[in-house]
Amino acid sequence: MPIINIDNKNYEVKEGKNLLEACLSLGLNLPYFCWHPALGAVGACRQCAVKVFKDADDTKGRIIMSCMEPVKDQLRMSIDDKDARNFREHVIGWLMTNHPHDCAVCDEGGACHLQDMTVMTGHSYRDYHFTKRTYNNQYLGPFLNHEMNRCIQCYRCVRFYKDFAGGKDLDVFAAHNHVYFGRQQDGILESEFSGNLAEICPTGVFTDKTLKQHYTRKWDLTSAASVCQGCGLGCNILAGERYGAVRQITNRFNAAVNGYFLCDRGRYGYEFVNSDQRIKTPMVHHGPAEQSNGIPILEHVHHRIVPGKTIGIGSPRASLESNTVLKELVGADNFYLGVSAADHDLVSLSLRLLRQGPVRAASLQDAAAADVVLILGEDVTNTAPMLALSVRQAVRRIPVAAAQQQVHLAAWQDAAIREAVQDDKGPLFILSVQETKLDEIAQGAWHTAPDNIARIGYAVSHLLNDTIPEVTGMSEQGRDIAATIAKTLKSAAHPLIIAGYGGGSEAILKSAANVAWALHDLGIDAMLSFTVPECNSMGLEMLDGHRLESAVERALNNGVDTAIVLENDLYRRLNQHSADLFFSNIKSVILLDHLYNITAEKATIILPAGTFAESDGTLVNNEGRAQRFFQVFAPATAVQESWRWLLQVAAASGHTTLSSLQHLDDVVKYIAATYPQFDGITTLTPDAHFRLAGQKVPREPHRYSGRTAMLANKNVSEPKPAEDEDTALSFTMEGYRGEPPSSMIPFFWQPGWNSVQAVNKYQVETGGPLHDGNAGKRLIEPNVNGHTPFYTEVPEPYLPLKEHLLLVPCYHIFGSEELSIHTPGIAARMPAPYLLLHSEDAKRFQVTEGHLLHFMDNGHHYTLPVIINDTLQQGVAGIPVGLPGMQIAEAPQLIKV
Amino acid sequence: MFSLVRSMWLIFLHMFHKRETYQYPEQKAPLPARWRGRIALTRDPDGGERCVGCYLCAAACPVDCISLQSTEDESGRRYPEFFRINFSRCIFCGFCEEACPTYAIQLLPDFEMAEYSRQQLVYEKEDLLINSEGKYPGYNYYKVAGMAIQGKDKGDAKNEEPPVDVKSLLP
Repeated sequence: MPIINIDNKNYEVKEGKNLLEACLSLGLNLPYFCWHPALGAVGACRQCAVKVFKDADDTKGRIIMSCMEPVKDQLRMSIDDKDARNFREHVIGWLMTNHPHDCAVCDEGGACHLQDMTVMTGHSYRDYHFTKRTYNNQYLGPFLNHEMNRCIQCYRCVRFYKDFAGGKDLDVFAAHNHVYFGRQQDGILESEFSGNLAEICPTGVFTDKTLKQHYTRKWDLTSAASVCQGCGLGCNILAGERYGAVRQITNRFNAAVNGYFLCDRGRYGYEFVNSDQRIKTPMVHHGPAEQSNGIPILEHVHHRIVPGKTIGIGSPRASLESNTVLKELVGADNFYLGVSAADHDLVSLSLRLLRQGPVRAASLQDAAAADVVLILGEDVTNTAPMLALSVRQAVRRIPVAAAQQQVHLAAWQDAAIREAVQDDKGPLFILSVQETKLDEIAQGAWHTAPDNIARIGYAVSHLLNDTIPEVTGMSEQGRDIAATIAKTLKSAAHPLIIAGYGGGSEAILKSAANVAWALHDLGIDAMLSFTVPECNSMGLEMLDGHRLESAVERALNNGVDTAIVLENDLYRRLNQHSADLFFSNIKSVILLDHLYNITAEKATIILPAGTFAESDGTLVNNEGRAQRFFQVFAPATAVQESWRWLLQVAAASGHTTLSSLQHLDDVVKYIAATYPQFDGITTLTPDAHFRLAGQKVPREPHRYSGRTAMLANKNVSEPKPAEDEDTALSFTMEGYRGEPPSSMIPFFWQPGWNSVQAVNKYQVETGGPLHDGNAGKRLIEPNVNGHTPFYTEVPEPYLPLKEHLLLVPCYHIFGSEELSIHTPGIAARMPAPYLLLHSEDAKRFQVTEGHLLHFMDNGHHYTLPVIINDTLQQGVAGIPVGLPGMQIAEAPQLIKV
Repeated sequence: MFSLVRSMWLIFLHMFHKRETYQYPEQKAPLPARWRGRIALTRDPDGGERCVGCYLCAAACPVDCISLQSTEDESGRRYPEFFRINFSRCIFCGFCEEACPTYAIQLLPDFEMAEYSRQQLVYEKEDLLINSEGKYPGYNYYKVAGMAIQGKDKGDAKNEEPPVDVKSLLP
């Protein structure tokens, strides 16, 4: 490893890095703006100037930009040199000539990289006495606030938005000292990753608009490490609370999962926690529990639990702890998975394929490192948005490697490499039912019915492995597609096959597994990524239980007196008819949930369950990675974790095993001991007895304000702060001030680094893993030694039928998820219900765009406006899934019009 | 003997000196303008609230006795939705005044705040807001800050050029 000399001290550094990365990895403070570990270096801001000397005798040296200079053995440099320091101070001075003097009303203040760097360089008084340049702002939609006056022209926003995330509607305009970062005209930013601009921007040009609605400074937030509830990928987040409401979600760096970024659903979908639809008190027969005959609520519950006639319905959006405690409470025979039939089939198949097959599940970062990507039947941007961001990075692998060969530059030389790469894209093949956003970067994108996608998948696997039967009756085009894909996959080193619930077809999943396994047999390090619908879909499937339809059947046969429904709206899982039947055939429903919904209307007893912000728990993501999320704040109401309610119910009814459990650690230990598939979840985070220098880890920063005034309007005597008996975190600002274990970091802050850029100080090297490893533990490992037989049942090709349409599901990042739509901004971006039709089909049914088409499904009438989309195959119709007011349609299925 | 008489004489002369004792409360002591007493929220010359809810006073407070919530009105001005000072905790150090970037929070030469109940010492915004510019007459934060509010567009603040026309390529 090269040794460089910084300020007369020798340091060992990693080869291939630039000097800025080397200095920051060593923990030295060197200011910067335009460089970002995920975006590379362009040398635009001139802030990271250092002096480099020829040799030990050279006293004069020369000033260079450290982000543009590669590490070289025996290099001598100085950060502390007077000229370099002066240079950096002047650069900030120039950047500040037009800065608008509005920190007091700027949402970035207190977590601002520009503030930090200004203090770091020592620039304190404005020497420039002339006028300031100003800009007009733009309306950028419900997520981001625009304040161009604060811009320092570092170009990070466009480099992220355009180059990294593939957005098209944010750019740099005008010239010289007038450059303007914005849209061509006012309008909503189209990219699903636009929210990251708030973190990428080193100053307050782009700030979080939902935070602005209830603005709080970073130092006033009670924060905790959490896991996103928006989809099945399990991105790591930090959630911040003030005055009993969640105020902001920011990225929590995890080098194996989401890295530096989040999607907009994850970042902004938190407002259901503050919704006025929240259930805050226990209710019996829709009246507050205290008034129901003076009996404690747990007694009410206990009376209704009849052994053998009480069933439990789990939930893919509840924690593993809550689901397991429910399963133990009602018994394995009476535990039903609260997921729709289609979701259950697809997720359980995904789990089987990952467990039995020899190919590993790819993490998001593995996916970003893939060189060839094949997407089967999935609109990744809408079903697992961050995976789409990873795919966008994956298609750059081969061209970047080629460019590096050609221009002999390191990969962090972002501008030069992008210039050399131009528009070259690595191989990405997409087979989907309709056009997707990723089609624009694909080498080949084809749209056809789910069964035909599976057939092409089978055909590809046949070309890779002769023992898989040939697909008969393929069209010429289908054969060509399969041949192209197979040829490219054979030459890949780390190919990634993506499929999942979005395609709605088991055949697609099987064909995806076939392709990956066939590649594995050829000695290629293939990866699989199966998307799952909800944050704990995989965990619930691993826990195992009966199908939801059998619960309905049991209820119809008078086998159920009481159903305990855990954080679930059964009207989203069953069609209305079955759900109504289910509820009318049981005596009482005990619901644990956080928002009023149709199921809550049917409930006899409602227990107020905590959302992710009021609960501790564990989630398992699509890759099988178990991750812990921590309670953010102690609610002032009766709200508590579902698993705690259930433990209290168990104690009240004298349950033998569960009554001895009290805290999170007890439950986690119990799960790990009882269910071997969850072995290892005890090691996810240190237990509640963990202390650093004898102290807990505080959720509040050291400059948390207002402790003696926040509640003084109620009572001037301050109440005792809430105590956290479940974890090693405290709800106060007292505690250990150093770096906590990576799995429980409540906020990123280091002296002099108040903004999110402080994450550099928590990493082994810039962009690398956190100091004590990435949080989370993979619970599913591939069956490397065993050999699974390939699937051979190739589906029949889909041919359009007269008078019929094949309904296929269309997912939307904004709208298809149950909880995130409680954020007004997300609800505003939700599409209205529609039916997607091919123009030929529209002619067939004599409708045009906007006309209403009527059809019936399971006794439910649908009347939906038609949208014409010619990327669909004829005879196939797209229907949005999960939108409120949209009855669930089990898609794909054939309907008669 | 002589020294005893001398002392008595000197003390006798004190009867004719100016008295330093104030007959409080009948007689009030004159307090200097920079006396650190009761905290107030002042107003702009145009009558608007000066406080923009930046939270700096709360952060500077060593006893954490200030809490507030900032919000924005329809004209684009930020203001505190509520602003609470718990004077039973306040130590009148004046750090909040020093931290305030808009001269909104000021300590006044008034110390007569005694109450029989501690709860009465919790002051809300209505109790704190005064109809005066306090010690800094004429200062208006929005006239110097680059934030646009109703009636003061981009480029209208002190030392500002009119907004850039991004479609122009002229130097």
